Amino acid sequence: MKGVSARRRATDRTMLTFLVLAVLLALVPLASILVEVILKGIGAIHGLSFFTQPPPGDANASGGGLANAIIGTLTMVALAAVVFIPLGILGAVYLTEFASGNRLSRAVRFFAEVMTGVPSIMVGVFAYSILVVLVFHHFSAIAGAFALGLIMWPIVLRTSEEMLSRVPTSVREASLALGTPKWRTVLKVVLPSAAAGLTTGSMLAVARAAGETAPLLFTALGSQYISFKLAQPMSALPLEIFSGAQSPFPDQIQRAWAGALTLIALVLVLTLVARFVAAKRSV
Amino acid sequence: MAASFEISNLSAWYGKRLAIEDISLSVEPNQVTALIGPSGSGKSTLVRCLNRLHELLPGARAEGKVILDGENIYDDAVDAVSVRRAVGMVFQRPNPFPTMSILDNTIAGFKLNGRKPKAELQEIVERALTAAGLWDEVKDRLSAAATSLSGGQQQRLCIARAIAVQPEILLMDEPCSALDPVATLRIEDLIMELRERYTIVLVTHNMQQAARVADRTAFLLGELAGDPGRLIEIGPTKKIFTQPEDKRTEGYITGRFG
Repeated sequence: MKGVSARRRATDRTMLTFLVLAVLLALVPLASILVEVILKGIGAIHGLSFFTQPPPGDANASGGGLANAIIGTLTMVALAAVVFIPLGILGAVYLTEFASGNRLSRAVRFFAEVMTGVPSIMVGVFAYSILVVLVFHHFSAIAGAFALGLIMWPIVLRTSEEMLSRVPTSVREASLALGTPKWRTVLKVVLPSAAAGLTTGSMLAVARAAGETAPLLFTALGSQYISFKLAQPMSALPLEIFSGAQSPFPDQIQRAWAGALTLIALVLVLTLVARFVAAKRSV
Repeated sequence: MAASFEISNLSAWYGKRLAIEDISLSVEPNQVTALIGPSGSGKSTLVRCLNRLHELLPGARAEGKVILDGENIYDDAVDAVSVRRAVGMVFQRPNPFPTMSILDNTIAGFKLNGRKPKAELQEIVERALTAAGLWDEVKDRLSAAATSLSGGQQQRLCIARAIAVQPEILLMDEPCSALDPVATLRIEDLIMELRERYTIVLVTHNMQQAARVADRTAFLLGELAGDPGRLIEIGPTKKIFTQPEDKRTEGYITGRFG
């Protein structure tokens, strides 16, 4: 028996060092974004009023908050999620359970893949040309939610499909062999088995949609006021960040930083809650 | 409850490939009928045709007659779901439902189908788990996850799950192939006990196992690579292992091939 040679030990050390460096390097942008956003954003959050007040009428004034944008983001993302997450999951169920491998499923999979790659501004233009130009004739939260939903849809479809196809065939067969009809097998065995993955995929889509600016520019437009009217223009956090970043007024710029911080926190909380729920449900 | 199968001229395909060809044999009530043969001889395909599970794979189909209780399960008027309720199955690898507890797995046949009131369920659970020889080991932790059990326990849970719904026939597709020798012996003992009440079809690649537990044994073989599996002979286990009628059976059981 010989010990590990000096050369092999040195190689091991070197490679390990490179790997650790690569990881640290990948963390640099993430950490610097977080630090920057927290440092610059925290200053504009003076207590709860930031979350309950709309911005002051005078863009140059300090104080006020981004309640309009927080409510807008939550409203539009929720509306999009309620409609498009079930659509995506149902589509994935069809692809994996009822049409696996046929021509239609291959086509749908291909187009979903293409759709995830479409620039989000194109999605905005599409929603604009349909809902704003043809249906409402003005900007509206519904159009914004529609655009966000179109961003979420292919993400939900593809992640759900991946998660459903990971449920082992043996588990499906166990259920079918007990004389369970296929639809009950899907509903009671396959979907619960994939619940954690489906939740994660959906949250990924929600997080992505919550941070989108471009699809909202032509659809929800933005609004200075707290609004719950779905057929009217509505604000959103990315829109406030976008307009704040172009502003010459320091107070508005600072509110935009605070908006960015709020957006990050919001997505983080949503993701954690979803993870927790999914972990509880699938033991 | 025990029933019998009368299989005649059964053939099955995976897409264009013929997997078993023209198989005719009978499965007697309250007996263990073992299906032996080398890999690729169509044992599993045959057994998966007996509860119409085979046809669920994309492109798979079967033709022929399988008479259960005087009725051909391949008749157009017969619903495959009702066949699967009458014919229980235990698979090669233990496959308890990963999201369910031990209790819920045992009564999955009822729960998944929304059958039977709750009052009887406790009794059903105890009876099925006792019959599967698992009750004493799990009675204090019925709400634990099924995946927390060992492989052998999981397989016995799957047997409990299959017999909880009181099928007429039990199909077992190499139920011990993923288990260690001790767990295998327990399952074999269990098969001997279950024979009192059920008709059992046992697929095994282990000839000693067939010799130990089966009343009758059928030998399947696809002679050349890619040939469909055909029935070479079937008879009382003792006869198959001591005085087989066919040279190929003798060759297989004496270890000359396969």
